[in-house]
Amino acid sequence: MKWHVLRPLWVAIALVGAIFVARALIVPDDFGVHGRNFTYGFHRLSNIQEWRDFPIKYQGREACVECHEDNVAMLDRASHATVECENCHGPAAGHPDPVELLPLNTTRELCLRCHARLELPNTDRGDLVGIVDRRHKRRQKCTRCHNPHDPAEDMR
Amino acid sequence: MTCSRRDFLKGAAGGSLASTLPLSAFVILSRAEARQAIDESNLRWAFLVDTNKCVGCGLCVKACKNENEIPYDAPVTRTWVERYVITDDGHAHIDSPMGGRDGYTSMPVGEDGEEIDPDTVAKAFFVPKLCNQCDNPACVQVCPVGATYQTNDGVVLVDRDWCIGCGYCIMACPYGVRFFHPEHKVADKCNFCYHRITDGMLPACVECCSFGARRIANLKDPDDPVTKIITTERVAVLKDEYGTKPHVFYLGLDANVR
Repeated sequence: MKWHVLRPLWVAIALVGAIFVARALIVPDDFGVHGRNFTYGFHRLSNIQEWRDFPIKYQGREACVECHEDNVAMLDRASHATVECENCHGPAAGHPDPVELLPLNTTRELCLRCHARLELPNTDRGDLVGIVDRRHKRRQKCTRCHNPHDPAEDMR
Repeated sequence: MTCSRRDFLKGAAGGSLASTLPLSAFVILSRAEARQAIDESNLRWAFLVDTNKCVGCGLCVKACKNENEIPYDAPVTRTWVERYVITDDGHAHIDSPMGGRDGYTSMPVGEDGEEIDPDTVAKAFFVPKLCNQCDNPACVQVCPVGATYQTNDGVVLVDRDWCIGCGYCIMACPYGVRFFHPEHKVADKCNFCYHRITDGMLPACVECCSFGARRIANLKDPDDPVTKIITTERVAVLKDEYGTKPHVFYLGLDANVR
């Protein structure tokens, strides 16, 4: 006897089976609970290594000093000692090979980030040497007169 | 020598119980060994922001965008700096143009369209913000596909290959630190520069801060100088009432900061 309910039932069972097969093929083997519990640690384990392998761009002063001892020594003595080289010279990834020259930033805007005078109490901003942009050597490059490695030096 | 039946049974029961105890039950583990036994990390990354020291140069935001390949001119960023200017009338003027990427070089503009007169400023300060790497991350809880998760060292990561871009996590984060990456088309967030801290380096924003306003700590190392500050000084966290247990600690946090 043929029972009309059975045919759609086989279809449904086949569909569920197909979903299980597809799931087994698509979901990576390392997918599961790896952290402290299901809520916060359900993930693909190899992704942690993928993030660790993300390329580093900013190399830090320790990398610069290997070749540029003189400049770093001058900077270390000056009031700009706490400023990272790469803040002005750009991230050193790949330098000197194949990136021979770094994108040095000598714009007025870069200096003004710290040295535009702002009357803001409760911040250390007022302790920094500050200028009013429109009143001090307008549109001229700061580096014409000031040595960024040793700002106290008079270059005029 | 006599031995009553009662004593014999008592002794036999006690002896067989004692023989089931392995010798290892009497070994006293050191803290590190105990941690290893339960597979617990000896790392828990946390962050310390000193709002007293920030001058609003925005070099941290610039460095973060370069380091983490966030499109430079897109209005999204993993970390940002907010400026709070509270005037004598108690009004708080809060701004963060492009997340403070280009620094703050002029006074904020008031409601009248004019720059605020410095003489009317009662107090002002800069507040750097970034992902709080919560202990109970709401963003992770809502992810329907397991694309975002917490590592054993406390950092919340996003699996770019697995994220479907539904945006639930962006809605769920009470701190608004998540955004949609315009190029990868997935959710993105600050991960304390995971590729750098696992390599022994500082996060890009910490390295590029000239004023010591941003520092990173390992909370499980009691000798870490920044951990000492967090554990011994008066620090605050953002939106404590949400119960997310954020791990970015602030020195000098003002009640106006949300």
